[in-house]
Amino acid sequence: MAKIVAGIACSHVPAIGVAMDKGQTATAYWEPLFKGYEPARDWLAKLAPDVAIIVYNDHANAFSLEIIPTFLIGVADRFPIADEGFGPRPVPVVQGHSELAWHLAESLILDEFDMTIANEMPVDHGLTVPLSVTCGQPAAWPFKVIPLCVNVVQYPPPTGARCFKLGQAIARAIEKFPQELRVVIYGTGGMSHQLQGERAGLINRQFDTAFLDNLTKDPLSLTRISHTEYMREAGSEGVEMVMWHVMRGALGENASEVYRHYHVPASNTAAALMILDNRSGA
Amino acid sequence: MTQPHDYDSIPGTYVYDAERGRIGYPLNMFCMSLNKAENRRAFRENEAAYLDRFTLTAEQRRTVLERDWLGMLKVGGNIYYTIKIAFCDGLTFQDVAGMMSGVPKETYAKMMLAGGRSADGNRYTDAVDAAKDK
Repeated sequence: MAKIVAGIACSHVPAIGVAMDKGQTATAYWEPLFKGYEPARDWLAKLAPDVAIIVYNDHANAFSLEIIPTFLIGVADRFPIADEGFGPRPVPVVQGHSELAWHLAESLILDEFDMTIANEMPVDHGLTVPLSVTCGQPAAWPFKVIPLCVNVVQYPPPTGARCFKLGQAIARAIEKFPQELRVVIYGTGGMSHQLQGERAGLINRQFDTAFLDNLTKDPLSLTRISHTEYMREAGSEGVEMVMWHVMRGALGENASEVYRHYHVPASNTAAALMILDNRSGA
Repeated sequence: MTQPHDYDSIPGTYVYDAERGRIGYPLNMFCMSLNKAENRRAFRENEAAYLDRFTLTAEQRRTVLERDWLGMLKVGGNIYYTIKIAFCDGLTFQDVAGMMSGVPKETYAKMMLAGGRSADGNRYTDAVDAAKDK
């Protein structure tokens, strides 16, 4: 039987990927951020999962405004790296887990989550930066990946509560998958940041800290945060944090925090990385 | 006329909602086209001629040609799309963020290094509501 062994919350700032790709991680600007990633990489390498479900948003790369899926699952065997306007990142092609992904698609739809299914899609920094952050720069990614996209670009994104319930449905589906697989689930994006308008550059450490604390203390209270509250308190792009609820909803109640790193700034953003161990049972 | 939203009171913020999605579609799809290297080349060669391929309004066209980043948001631009013009120009997200917030690049970078723009005092446009803002 497949099992979700851990949840990872990770910001997906494009500049973090650029810093790694250009070998700038040891500069005075980036060093404090990247130093904090190392213990998480060690922990994940020891955990050695088979598959990662990465919940992220596409940034006008695989999809445009032509069609806007609220929830989408990638079921391919491989996902090429997107050209986001400055050439594709020099990172390995992402290998999918088609069988598990199709199982998830079927189970979720029958469980009343009407997923869009993608047989072909490139993946952008929303997915590859969290992989780079947690795996470093290997010649091939150490596990297979199922991309799960959430629309957060066109208002309104799905609510935090809906995202949490999707996570719960993912957990139910994983439990029913007959192969012995150890699965991790990533919730990406955030934390506080605003990339647009006169208010660009907004950061709210207090909001972010409370959010991180409540991922273990009281995750359900976080699902009641409205979109307007995210935007007002954590910046217009801070609303991406709804994606973390998919991850949290997929874990048991007793999932425990094993690692936390928070750093300001990564370009315009408050960057966080948190690991939640889900092996203790529900 | 559009319905008022509770997020309208957030200062300096252009939520990409139904109304902006409706008017901004051609502008953003032009930006999307810049994901292709050959289109970036064609745009750089002759911006006005390249823009003729899309059905932009005169004001949308102006904001693109003048690189009026804030203006683009006001006529339906979405930052994840308009940033593609900036990438085409060799600018970074932080360069554009500085320009949108009306400060020199160095001032903006310094603000970010010092922990970013505080939420305090930046939550509400309205002076009455501003009392709540601390």
